[in-house]
Order: sequence, then structure tokens, then C-alpha cells
Amino acid sequence: MPTPEHGDGNAVRIGVYVCHCGSNIAATIDVHAVAEHASKLAGVVVAREYKYMCSDPGQELIKNDIKEHRLDRIVVASCSPHLHEKTFRGAVWAGGVNPFQFQMVNIREHASWVHTDKAAATEKADALVRAAVARVRHHRPLETRRVPVKDTVLVVGGGIAGIHAALMLADAGKHVWLVEREPTIGGHMAMFDKTFPTLDCAACILTPKMTQVKSHKNITLWAYSEVQEVGGYVGNFTVKVRRKPRYIVEEACIGCQECIDACIYKQGRWDDEFNLGMSKRRPIYLPFPQAVPQIVTIDPEACIEFKSHHCKKTCVEACADRNAIDFTQQEKIEQIEVGTILLATGFKVFDAKRVPQYGYGKYPNVYTALEIERLLNASGPTSGEVTLRDGKVPRTVGIIHCVGSRDEHTNKHCSRVCCMYSLKLAHLLQERTGAEVYNFYIDMRTPGKAFEEFYNRVADEGTHMIRGKVAEVLPSPEGDGRVVLRAEDTLVGRMRDIPVDMVVLATGLEPRADAEDVRRMFNITCASGGWFTERHPKLAPVSTFTDGVWIAGACQGPKDIPDTVAQAGAAAGEALSLINAGHIELEPNTAYIVEEDCSGCKTCVAMCPYSAIGFDEAKNVARVNEVLCKGCGTCVSVCPSGSARQNLFEDEEIYDEIGGVLAYA
Amino acid sequence: MPETTTKPAAAPAEGRFEPRIVAFFCNWCTYLAADLAGTTRLKYAPNVRVVRVMCSGRIDPQFVLEAFAQGADGVLIGGCHPGDCHYESGNYKTLRRYPILKRMLAELGIEEERFRLEWISASEAEPLRVVVNDMVEKIRALGPLDLRVPAERIAHEVEEVAVP
Repeated sequence: MPTPEHGDGNAVRIGVYVCHCGSNIAATIDVHAVAEHASKLAGVVVAREYKYMCSDPGQELIKNDIKEHRLDRIVVASCSPHLHEKTFRGAVWAGGVNPFQFQMVNIREHASWVHTDKAAATEKADALVRAAVARVRHHRPLETRRVPVKDTVLVVGGGIAGIHAALMLADAGKHVWLVEREPTIGGHMAMFDKTFPTLDCAACILTPKMTQVKSHKNITLWAYSEVQEVGGYVGNFTVKVRRKPRYIVEEACIGCQECIDACIYKQGRWDDEFNLGMSKRRPIYLPFPQAVPQIVTIDPEACIEFKSHHCKKTCVEACADRNAIDFTQQEKIEQIEVGTILLATGFKVFDAKRVPQYGYGKYPNVYTALEIERLLNASGPTSGEVTLRDGKVPRTVGIIHCVGSRDEHTNKHCSRVCCMYSLKLAHLLQERTGAEVYNFYIDMRTPGKAFEEFYNRVADEGTHMIRGKVAEVLPSPEGDGRVVLRAEDTLVGRMRDIPVDMVVLATGLEPRADAEDVRRMFNITCASGGWFTERHPKLAPVSTFTDGVWIAGACQGPKDIPDTVAQAGAAAGEALSLINAGHIELEPNTAYIVEEDCSGCKTCVAMCPYSAIGFDEAKNVARVNEVLCKGCGTCVSVCPSGSARQNLFEDEEIYDEIGGVLAYA
Repeated sequence: MPETTTKPAAAPAEGRFEPRIVAFFCNWCTYLAADLAGTTRLKYAPNVRVVRVMCSGRIDPQFVLEAFAQGADGVLIGGCHPGDCHYESGNYKTLRRYPILKRMLAELGIEEERFRLEWISASEAEPLRVVVNDMVEKIRALGPLDLRVPAERIAHEVEEVAVP
């Protein structure tokens, strides 16, 4: 076999390292045989196996061999390059070789973990190593590209996650645009009455942070706005935000609400979204007393001026010389430039109607948990009085856990918060009404700081805990408007029918209905259910596969407030780390044109999704703008003359890789 | 492009036919699906060898031809679902090339089961497993790819039409 050569005629000197990864690889692949096989391949000077290549001694092995054996190409066969490519490139660089004269072979995720036949898995590992050795000899020294990072941030979503992250970034002196779809920030947390397990009032801990957002000099709050388009790349995103018309001049409105009192509709007639339709609002409204910004909104679907143009406009009169009401206001598109983006778009509450046997929407006294939060809340539809729809106080309450969670028919996932909020609601309902409360649960899940203690406390208070899934909610045979919960009590081993006045459905958390659209807009990935996917479940929990875009809170998966805030802090910290570095190193896998071979056909120009290929009319050749090129290589595959090429994915590298995997040992 | 006519001669003779499939997976979707299959310890047939590219749009049709010429029994292309491309539209370019390439391969006598394009997202480890197993079984049923027959036929046809 001829020894492969550099372009300068000298022989390449390759070192191959096969990792055991403890038993993760070694149990299924004969790593010794793989190293042995590698040692016989053309150009390989040294081939070794080692228990943990990513460990310091493993990396030292590479560095020492580079010096001792004058290696200039390194191949490491271990885990996915998505995990440790950076690690090994670092070791190669520290050893004195250009980090891109390195190739990683994935024999863990792609071989040892997915196969059981040791001979077949070993043969596959041999083939993959062969391919890498064949390919790496073509690798040339390359330099990473440095892209400057703007110190401005876009935070999408004004729930507790977005609020916390925005404040952290703003406190660090970075300018933040906080974009929220609803007329006010606060998200779901603002709708809660108390928070588990400490029972502190949600508004008391949230609203100060909301007002801080509004008053912070480094935060531009755009509520009632939605991101429409995202362009650019890490460090330099261009974002278009659609600012929906409130029909109110934001700068002029002082939040006095005199317009609301003056509205010709003296009573609310339209469902109050904040109270989940349990109360009515007028066409001009403030979602809730502590809304931020304190700016009213006009609902054009409801306002008579939009329908007839003949309203007396008493609101305008009341506003007087403030002149904040503008019926002609139009939607506005604003464009901003940001370096980093943080997504905190939250969750959607499971629609209880999807479990028809629980009678939500059919029996008036079946409520969702969020509706109970509003009923308990002093600013809710009943000013905190817990009453049934007929005004009576419930004497017995049944809380059904896992509605839309852990259910083959709806969502398989556990929503993580329902057991705890059900216990909280049990406590609060008992406290406010003195009712007997029954909790029907599948498993009581209380893994959190002071959670189990809270469970014990609620149990001690006399809440009944019945281990069993409710099969059905039935109308009471007495016809008194009550309902009967039928369930198997699995601890006693018999069916029970329990009549109650009020049913609370512990509805689970689901991804937002438009999570797919948001994901596409920001070019990130979703797990099958629609939760945004983190770059690594353990080591990069708030990063995404798109550089410069982070995720925090329930958009990534169901979680409670403390975990949400922790993630928001983590995401803000990661963004800050990048902003403070001032630049990001990008892969050098850009395309380039070999001008002598370019025929000037311009095929590549039209192929580029980023308009990164320009055309030099004088020389009749295409030219790649390295800053705009993202390294997909699409132009390379269409070039008829082979003059378009891609660093790290050169044709000869890929051809030899193909030959390598297919060559018989 | 290197010579594409040589086929490795010494295929292992004994035992059941094990197809060799070259899979071109994009870095952001299907390669990650294969990573996920690993981390979740799904099990699938060991016959696929993955060649990573940044985008399925990078897959030159000649790569596919080269793989068959070098003795692959099947070629699998894995990319992001339409609309999900990490590079906006690379997978659409792949989608357009696919039918043309498929027709060309048919002309060469390569059965359609041997060449497959699948959109598999980063979270779809299970679909990846299903596709790989299905492809391996179908190709196992077909037997090894023998490119010589059509090559001979083509040579013969060329001779026939050649101007003396």
C-alpha cells in the first residue's frame, strides 16, 4: 500500500486513538482489534487504545505522541463529534498541530450503543476508522473565523423566565428588547394565586420584577408584539417585530383607566382573557390591575367605533388632552439588530375538553386548575371568594390529577407541576371554604426542596388522598347538580363513587400551539412533542443547535417556577458570556472558489441560501463571501467544474471516506 | 473524482449476506437522530456506515454513484424535514436531485430499494431505526449489488451504436 503524502511530497504521519469509554464502547466493540486494524492502515504511525480519551491523560497521550512520533494528523474513535470534537481539537492544537488536521469517528452513539453483535460492531468500527484515516490525510491547516457579537439581546416571551433573563442582562449593562405577545407581561405566573410549596403570593413576588422591567433603562419592552422574521446569524441577528395596534398611543397613556370607566358599555360583555372567561371585560381594558405596561388596549372586535364609526367616543372625552386614544393606529413593523436571542415562550395549558369523560364544559362545576387559581385570587372574577357557578360555596371538592399527562390518549409526559399545585389547591380550598377535599392521583410526585414536607402537611390537614385514576365524572343520581367521581381506589382495591360539589382538573402542560412556527423562525429543533430541544440534556441544557439562540423555562419542557428562573438565569449567563467575549469563533467549513477552474456559469450563485456568493464580472468568476457563508456546501455539490469547494468537506475527503467505509479489511 | 469502475474484489464469502449501506447524514438532523438512537440505546442493524455532511444539499450525486461503484449495496440520504433545514433550503435542493438520480440509477440496473432519501429530524431516533432496519431487510432480500451486468450491457450498446 503506498504511503499517502502531503501536497509537498512528504509522507503524512497519522496517529489513531480508540477509546474504551469505560465499558460504553469496550463492552460491544473489540477496541484492541480496532486499534490493531488501524495500525496497519496507510500513513498510520501510531495506533492506540485508551480507557478514556477525553480525560486529561488521554489528551496527554495525543500531545506526547505528536512530539515523539512527529504526528501531523490525528484520528480519535470515541463518541459523537457533537460531544467531544472541541475537546480533541484542543488537544491536537495543544500538541502543536492545526486543530483541523483531526477527524473524529463516532463508534459509541453510532456503533457500540446501537448494536449487540460484537463482531459486526467491531467490523463497523474498523470501517469507520478506515474512512477517517483515508480522509484525514487530505486535511489542511485551517483557521476559525471570528465573528463579532453585538451586545444587544432579544428576549422573546414576558413570563417569569423572560422577565428574569431580561433583568439579569439589563443589570449587566446590555440592551434588551423584551417582546411579549399579550398586552401585559407576567405570563402564567401572574395568573396564579399562591406558589407551592412556600405559599407565597405569586403577584407579590412577580409584580415588583414586572415594574422593574418597565422602568429599567436598558430594557425596551414591546408588549402586544410578535417576532415576525429573524435573519442573520450569531452575533448579528436582524429581527423584525410586529407591533400590534392597541389603538392607544403608548407614550401618552398614563394608565389612569378613566377611559374604561367612561366607555359607553357600562358592564363588561366580552370574555376576560385573564380570568379565563369567568368574568367579562369592556372593549377598552387593562388585563389586570398590576399589568405592565400600565397601558389600556382597545379590542377592535368589541369596540363599537370600529363597527359603526358612530360611537360617542366617551373614552376620548375622558382621556381629554392626553389624547392617548387613536382609532386609526396601524400595525407597525420595527427592525432591530441583536447579537443574541433568548426564547422563553412558555407553555399552553392542556385543553380539558379533550378528556370528555371528565365532563369539562358539560357540567358547570367541573373546573380546570387554572380557573381555580383565578377564583382564589383576590383580583379574580369573584374577588377571591371560592363559589360555584350558582354562587354556593362548595362543601366537597375532588381534584383529579394527571389530566392530559401520563396518558396514552393525550400526552405521555409527566407535567411535573400538577401534583404539587394540586396539593396547594387542596390546601387553599380547604382553608378558604372548609370543604372536604379528595385528591385522586396515580403516583404522588413530590421531588423537590420541601415538596414532600408540603405533601405531609396537606395530608395532615385532612385532605383525602385516593390512589386511583378517575374513570368518569357522572351526574349525581339525586339531580342536585352535584357530580360523582368514579374511581378505583387501588390501595383498598375497590371501586368508589364519591359525590362532590366541585371538580378540579389538574390539567397538564403542553407546548404552545405555534411552537413549530417559532422553532422554524429561530431555526432550532423541537422534540417530537413540540418542546424546544436543548443542545445537550445535561451539559448544554439552555443552548440550542443554533449558535446565539438560548431557551429557558417551560418552552423547553414542563417545569416549576424555581426551575424556570434557574434556567432563565443560566441562559442569560450564557448569553452574557458570549457578549463579553465580544466575538465567536466559527467553524472554518466555508465554501471557496478555485478561480482558475471556474467557468463563470453562476450555478452556485443561485443555489446559495444566504446570497454569500458574488460574481466578479471582470474576471468572470464566482466569489464566496466568507463572512456570509454558513458552510452548508450546497454550492459545492452543484458546481459543474468542481471549482466550488468546501473546507473540511472537500470532494476528495468525502470520496476517500466513502472508499474507506466500503474497502474490505 | 477518482476512478469509479473498480469494485473491491474480495468480498467475504461465508455466511449470510450482510448488505453494506453508505448513509449520508446531515449534521443537524439525521446525524443527531443517530446520536439520539445511541444515547437512548435503541438497537438496529449494523450495516449502515455514516458519512457526515453539514447539509444534505452538500451531497453531490456523484457521491452516490461513487458509493455504488465502490461496492455499496445501498445508499441512504438523511436530511432535515422540508422547512426545517439548518441552512434554510439545502434539503429542497436534495429533494430535486433525488428523482433524477433515481431514474439514472434505474438505468444502471440498480433497484429502487437500494437508494433512499428520508427526512429524519434530530428527535426521530425511532424512525431512523425503522428506516435502517427496513432498508437492510429489503436489500438483504435483493442480494448483493452486481454492477457488472449493466456495465457490460451498456458497453455492448455503445459498441452497437458506435460509428465504425
